[in-house]
Formats: sequence, structure tokens, C-alpha cells
Amino acid sequence: MTVLQKKTESTNPIAHLSADEIEQLGVELDAIRQSILDSRGEADAAYIRKVIAAQRKLELGSRVVLLASVFPPAWVLGTAGLSVAKIIENMEIGHNIMHGQWDWMRDPKIHSTTWEWDNASPSDQWKHSHNELHHTYTNVVGKDNDLGYGIMRVDEDQRWYPLYLAQPLWNFINACFFEYGIAAYDLELGKNLASEKRRKTPEFKARYQQTLKKIRNQVTKDYVVHPALSLPTGSFLPTVAANFTANLVRNLWTHSVIMCGHFPEGVETFERTSIEGETRGEWYLRQMLGSANISGSKAMHFMTGNLSHQIEHHLFPDLPSNRYAEIAPQVQDVFQRYGLSYHMASLPKQVGSAWHKVVRLSLPNDFLATTTVKNLPSQLKILYGMTTKGPKVRRAAQARLTQQARRLKVAAAA
Amino acid sequence: MRVAEAAVTPLMPSDVLDMFDPLRSGADLRGRIVAVVAETADSATIVLKPGKDWAGHKPGQYLRVGVDVDGVRLWRTYSLTHGPRADRCISITVKAIPDGKVSNHLVRHARAGQMLQLGQAEGDFVLSDPPADKLLLVTAGSGITPVIGMLRNMFSRAVPVVADIVLLHSALSRSEVIFGDELRRYAAEGKLRLVELHTDVDGMLDVADLDTIVPDLAERTTYACGPVGLLDALEGHHGERELPLHIERFRTAVVAAAGDEQSGGTVTFSRTGITVEGDGSTPILDAAESGGVLMPSGCRMGVCFGCVLPLREGAVRDLRNGELTVAAPGDGVIIQTCINAAAGACDIDH
Repeated sequence: MTVLQKKTESTNPIAHLSADEIEQLGVELDAIRQSILDSRGEADAAYIRKVIAAQRKLELGSRVVLLASVFPPAWVLGTAGLSVAKIIENMEIGHNIMHGQWDWMRDPKIHSTTWEWDNASPSDQWKHSHNELHHTYTNVVGKDNDLGYGIMRVDEDQRWYPLYLAQPLWNFINACFFEYGIAAYDLELGKNLASEKRRKTPEFKARYQQTLKKIRNQVTKDYVVHPALSLPTGSFLPTVAANFTANLVRNLWTHSVIMCGHFPEGVETFERTSIEGETRGEWYLRQMLGSANISGSKAMHFMTGNLSHQIEHHLFPDLPSNRYAEIAPQVQDVFQRYGLSYHMASLPKQVGSAWHKVVRLSLPNDFLATTTVKNLPSQLKILYGMTTKGPKVRRAAQARLTQQARRLKVAAAA
Repeated sequence: MRVAEAAVTPLMPSDVLDMFDPLRSGADLRGRIVAVVAETADSATIVLKPGKDWAGHKPGQYLRVGVDVDGVRLWRTYSLTHGPRADRCISITVKAIPDGKVSNHLVRHARAGQMLQLGQAEGDFVLSDPPADKLLLVTAGSGITPVIGMLRNMFSRAVPVVADIVLLHSALSRSEVIFGDELRRYAAEGKLRLVELHTDVDGMLDVADLDTIVPDLAERTTYACGPVGLLDALEGHHGERELPLHIERFRTAVVAAAGDEQSGGTVTFSRTGITVEGDGSTPILDAAESGGVLMPSGCRMGVCFGCVLPLREGAVRDLRNGELTVAAPGDGVIIQTCINAAAGACDIDH
């Protein structure tokens, strides 16, 4: 894969669309959005209130059960309940409220400006990096930090370094501690810690303190207060373990869902310069090409916070999440009529596809494509060389790999 | 308390307690509807059980009420139509006005068990204690609502307040008189003298006729509540003769929104004190920035909600679909400044 702007006529998925058609596509999508705005009302408000009430009862109930978590059945039940509660809180509730999806209700208790979520990253900072950067600059290489969170190689055009060999491991560790990963990249730690000057700005210091305080509160709740409340039944340590497990489950789940949104094969990335002077139609088009959906049951959609409808969410980030399922067929119809591919697959398939891409890009370009069981030893030797020797060796080996891959392609075509 | 806070963060303990007892002491003030009683074809009395922190009221006062209409919370003010009651409930009486979202919702869709958001009682339209010996009460339409509270309170006390009361009430027709039966009963019992004017047969009340209707007008203290025209005329009339007058003006929620899609309005940023002209096609964010206001901003295309600010009062139009958002004083509707243009004078809290 490569950024869309560098693709040739035959591989560029939007080469067949004229500027007028792209604007017409925008008009059609605006109409879909308006139809939901026109019918948005009491039933939607009742939905989010019901979800919030149910989530709070589930969390409270699970925590009560965990007071006796020294008994294995209580531990299993409480941990499962708490994991589900934390997932719902982050996904269907927190993420969507902070998007402003429910601001229209004018209820100060369910509002993007007042909501705080059960996550290490303070909502203010998350809203900036997610709503403002990720949703505006979706899949623009170098501008959208969600593309690899600034630590991964996400595109063939990014030069390969040996360090990237470890990126599947980074990705797994990031998945396990995802909430801290989010907090770190909302703080833009990589960029801000790099220079003394940035480190010392009052703005960065304030945000850093804010994040530390949030993490302290979260950790105190999960690993001190609730375990201490379980002391009378001798359940201190089991409760610590239950909270750790619930956080881990939530982190792995959210990381998987989010990887599926923009990482599976076939999802396009864009060049930085390509979005200058972008029209509304072009913006819509970029969201369409840069997102992928997950197919599955109603329960699965709910547990992903309806981010399984990632395409619809990226087109209309401020529409209430409970309505995405309803407009998905209309959006799919637009894709079809404009000759665009609507990327959708089951959760295991999308997770597999995203991980495949992480592994493929951790290796030099064309390495996976040119490797077979037979030539594995020689390929590994090449990789060893590229890893341990200087840039000169790397360049030469890369050229050979590219040439080999091209030959294979020609042979396959013939 | 610190432990409770630490146990439920990032929620507040009150969020958890609200699940079980939304009317407890310490909660945001709310009220549960106990009964909805039809008064006339277009009006109904809503009896509410207020939260424990309800601080009480004096008859004649009003309160702010937040109602979820089609999922959207809208605030209005209504007069309390009772004195203090033994069951600690409070009541408001609402007349459905044409196109009135909240009043129509309350009259036609409110049901027992629903929850309303409340403010504490406010207003100084109350009788002096003890009240003047001779009173003239002038009311029109739903203007009777604060006055009925005063009357009920006077007549229901253990030691009823004895006063010489004339009630001059104007309504569209006899059947439109809210609390008509009750007022006529008071008159029959000799508690007050009732003069009903029905606009359909008697025409509008003319203040020049007051001397004929109430010969001892000069000896009376007047309390009046009704439409702006009537109150203005009364003020002129009584002011000229230096007669004591207390009036209650219902604040209207109608904001002058520009009719066409082009005209904008003056946008005032109340904290910074800067005023800019917002035309009907320029986002408030752009207008404010070119006027030198330091504004929060983000995607500038309506996606990220990074630019939202409270609209204290006024009207704005969504440039994407022309949708109008109107804020009455006290609403503080949070608007996205990057895709909304002024559609009338606006007061923004920034």
C-alpha cells in the first residue's frame, strides 16, 4: 500500500470520479445526515439515559460482588461484569458523548463539555487529539497520530529501520496498556519530551500534571479503595487482580476495535499536502476511503460503541451512535453507486488483517511477498544483514527485494 | 466523603446517589410530577413533589422549570399557583400557547411520574405582610396564575386573611377563564368581588374604564399580571395618579430571530466585553476572530466540538442546514461557533 496520491491511474480508487461527482456525493451524504437530525428526539434521549443507567448499575453490582472476590465464583462474575461495564463506559457512552453526539439534548450531565471517562487520559486532552486531530485529518500520514500512534510504521512509504522489527511487540504491549498509550499520545509525549524547550512550556507542564492526577485517581480507585473495601472478606488481592483483569480486557478490546477502524488492508492513507483546500465532498470521500467496518451481531455493535460502523461514524461523528446501523445501508448504497469499495468484514477477520499489516510493515518492503518456506533461510540471512549492517547494505538489499517482487508480479500476471 | 469520591471517580458520588434517590437533599433540584389536572381546554395544572432542597416560596413567586421536549431540555418560568401546602407539593398552571413547545408539551404530554428540573422560587410579586386592606387585582389570561396562589393562600389559612378584594379578570371567553369555577365560588361566598371581562363579548379591557368598574380605585393597592400592553397602560394610568401598583411581567422566551437567511445580528461576548457584527452567512467564530476575540477553535467544520461556547441569549443559524437554535435568558445553550452564524442579536458567554 501507499498513500493514495502516489497511486497510478489503474490502482487509484477515485480516478473514475469527476470533481462534480465528488460534490454530488457530498450532497447525498448531507441528506442522509439531515434525515437523522430531523427524526432525532425523545426515543434517542431515552436510549442513552437507559444505557448510562444500566452501565452504572452493572458496574456498581460487579463491584459489590467483588467485595467477596476471595470466592472464585464471585471473582469470575464480578470481573466479567466489571470488564463489560468498563468497555461500555469507554465505548458506547464516553467516546460518543465526548464526540458531542448527545449535546443536542442540552442536559449538562450528558454533555461533551462536562463528561469525564473511566480512562487514564483526561477527557479534555482526548477530545483535542481525537475529535480535532484524528477526525479532521483522518489517515493523513504525519498529521493523524492514530495512524500508528507515532511509534509504528504504517505505510510502505515510511523508510524501514531495524527498530521496526519490534513493532508487533510494541503493538501488543500498547494493546495491553492501551489507556496509558492513549494518555501518552494525547500528551504528545514523543514530541514534547524530545526537546528541553517543549518540556518546560507551562502548557505542557499543566497538561502533564492533569494527566498524572487523572491516572492517580483512576489507580487509587481500582487498586486501593475498592480492594481496601474488600478487606473484611479477605479479598484485597483478588479485588486488585479483578480490577487489573477488567482494565486489561477493556484495553485489549478497545485496541482491537480501534485497529479495525483504520488499519485493515485496503484502507487508504493520504498525503499531507492533499488536504489543502479540501471541499466538503472531498472530505467525505477521504473519510469513506480511510475507514473500515466490522460486521456482526447487535451485541457486537453495542460493545464496540457502534465503532463497528466506523465508516458511518467518520462521515457523521456527531450523529447519535444508536442511529448508525439505520443509515449504514444508505451509506453502502452511495459507495456502490459511486464505484467505491465499502470495507467490511467480521471482527476476527479485521483484527487479523490489521495485525497482518503491522507484521508486514515491521519488515522491509516486499519482504513478506518474496518469502516462501523454501527460501526462508536465505531470506532470514538477508534480513539479518539489513538489521545488523549499515544503511548502504540496507539500500542494496531493499533494491533486490523490490526487483524480486516485481518479477514475481509479472510472472503471476503472465 | 473523600473515600466515596475516590471510589466512584470519574463520577461524583451524587451521580451514583441520583440513581436511587433523585429527590434527596444535596441533589440538583428536581421535581416528580404527582398529578396533571386539566383546567381549560388549553391549560393544565401540574402538581409536583419537589426535591428535599426546595426552599419554599411566597404566593405570587415563579420558578424556572426544565422540561425535556423531544429529548431536548428547554427551560421556562411559571408562576406557582398555590401557597405552601401540607403535603409539601408545589403546583404550576400552564396555558398552551400556539407554537409553544414547552407549554404544549406540559399541557398535553406531561404524565405523573415524569421528572422535571427546577430552580428555586424567585420574584417579588408578592403581597405585603399583612396585605393592604383594600386590594385590586387586575389579571388577563394566564396572568391569573400568580394571583390564584395569593388568593388560595389567604383563604386557606387557619385564620383567614380578611381583606376587601376586587378581582378584575379578562379572558378570551367564559370557558377560557382558568380557575373560573373556583373564582366564581369565592365571589359567591363573598370573599371577593369578581369582575369578569370576556373579550369575545366585552372587548379588551380599557384602563380608562377602571374608574367606572372600581369606583374606590384610589383607595386600593393594585397587583397586575397580564400581557405587556395591559401592564404598560396600567403603569401609565396609575403613575399619573400616583396610585400604588405592583406588576408581574412574564418574560417572553421569543427572541427576535431574523426572518430571512441573510441578516445576522450583533454578537456580544459578555466576559471580554467585545461586540462584533455577525452577518448571517459568516460563522460566529470567523466574525469574532476578525473582531479581535480570542476564541477556542478546532476543526472549523463542525466535527470536533472544540469551539463550543454557551449562548446566553439570542438566535443562531446552522450554516450547514439552516437550522435555528434559540436561547432564552438562563438557557446557556452550548453552540458550535464554527458552523453557526448570528440570526439576531446574540449574547455569548466568553
